[in-house]
Amino acid sequence: MSRTEPVATWIRSAAAIFQKDWRSELRTRYAMSALIMFVITTISIILFSLGSEQAPADALAGMLWVVIFFASMSGLSRTFVMEEERGTAMTLQLLASPGAVFLGKLLFNLVLVIGLNLLTVTLYALFISGFVVRTYAIFAVTILLGSVGLAAAATIIAAIIAKANTKGTLYPVLSFPILLPLLLTVIKATRRAAEGAFFNEALGEFQILVSYIVVVVTTSFMLFDYIWKD
Amino acid sequence: MKYVKVLLGVWMSGVIAMSLGLPMVALPQRWYEFPIIPGLEEKARIMFFHVPTAWLSVLAFVSSMVYSIRYLRKKNPEDDLRSASSAGLGFMFCILATVTGAIWAKFSWGTYWNWDPRQTSIFVLLLIYGAYFALRSAIEVEEKRALLAAVYSIIAGVTMPFFMFIMPRILSSLHPEPLINTQGKVHMNTTMLVVFLSSLAGFTGLYFWMWNLHVRAHRIAYHRF
Repeated sequence: MSRTEPVATWIRSAAAIFQKDWRSELRTRYAMSALIMFVITTISIILFSLGSEQAPADALAGMLWVVIFFASMSGLSRTFVMEEERGTAMTLQLLASPGAVFLGKLLFNLVLVIGLNLLTVTLYALFISGFVVRTYAIFAVTILLGSVGLAAAATIIAAIIAKANTKGTLYPVLSFPILLPLLLTVIKATRRAAEGAFFNEALGEFQILVSYIVVVVTTSFMLFDYIWKD
Repeated sequence: MKYVKVLLGVWMSGVIAMSLGLPMVALPQRWYEFPIIPGLEEKARIMFFHVPTAWLSVLAFVSSMVYSIRYLRKKNPEDDLRSASSAGLGFMFCILATVTGAIWAKFSWGTYWNWDPRQTSIFVLLLIYGAYFALRSAIEVEEKRALLAAVYSIIAGVTMPFFMFIMPRILSSLHPEPLINTQGKVHMNTTMLVVFLSSLAGFTGLYFWMWNLHVRAHRIAYHRF
């Protein structure tokens, strides 16, 4: 980034953007209601399709991430699409540096994803009887790292999608190949948690998740300038 | 360019004739005989076509990414054209590699598809190519299309290497590795290696020739309007 800007201003504008998004979200509750309804819908579909059958714990651990992935895809593009639809993207470009905009949006999506994951895990554990977690430490770290990675990749793809013509349908299509390394790793880690593995056994997965987050966030910051400036 | 075409035609015909026609024997004595690789036997012949197409689907993807980076730096429409053309060819080679691999799997493993790590990786590559073209078709303004497609291909490019670390942890592969294997042993004899490398070179030449043709055809279409 060629722009020289004091770090304090940069962080302040990122925080302001986060606050703005959060306030407008609380007023409309668009993304939140989409995410919540999606989670409820998907979990009830799983319940209907299972019926009285008992699915293996392995399969249920994987299915948790199916719910999380599709729910995220229903709400996370909102933050950028909203700016384009309201025509406020131009104003935002004048007011803040691209890096600050991206950081603000990333934080907003991160809060949404963490909230979403807590809700999903709670509902999933309550209603799906075969789902058990034996090593809580692995599970908690997996959910946390998975949320960060999901938010990072989903935010940059949302920035791309906001500039395209068909906003809704393309989002999961573009996100899936990017998120697949993350999804495969978190599914594996969740299975370990369900099997009751020792914490050390999942360290390999955590290393992959951390490096995925670092790579995606760094590339996003480098590329966001190009997407954002018209 | 005319000679390139003729040369490529002759070269590829030679490669195809040799890879399908040369006999496979247990102990090759004469220069034109292939050895029998245990576990692969006559099915090994698909390697002369499958491996080059798989290699090109990766090479085309990397070239597309390199030209995407160049596009972002210089904003030259020519670079976007090269990137998109390379991705188009890569998609084609990727489909060919998937299909030839699946056919081989049917005869070796008894099923067309069993989510072997190699199959999963190539499936993800197919998905990335598909998403890249879906994105391109969704944007009408040329500059914006070039820009967003370039960004997407770079993001896809940096996340792709993760599969090399993830795949071995999930499942051990049954995919044969006659060239680069853990024992560091080459199962091929010289004849087989020469035919294999010629095929690799021929396919790579074919890719660059088609790429060039594609770019020139599109350049004409671009300047006409």
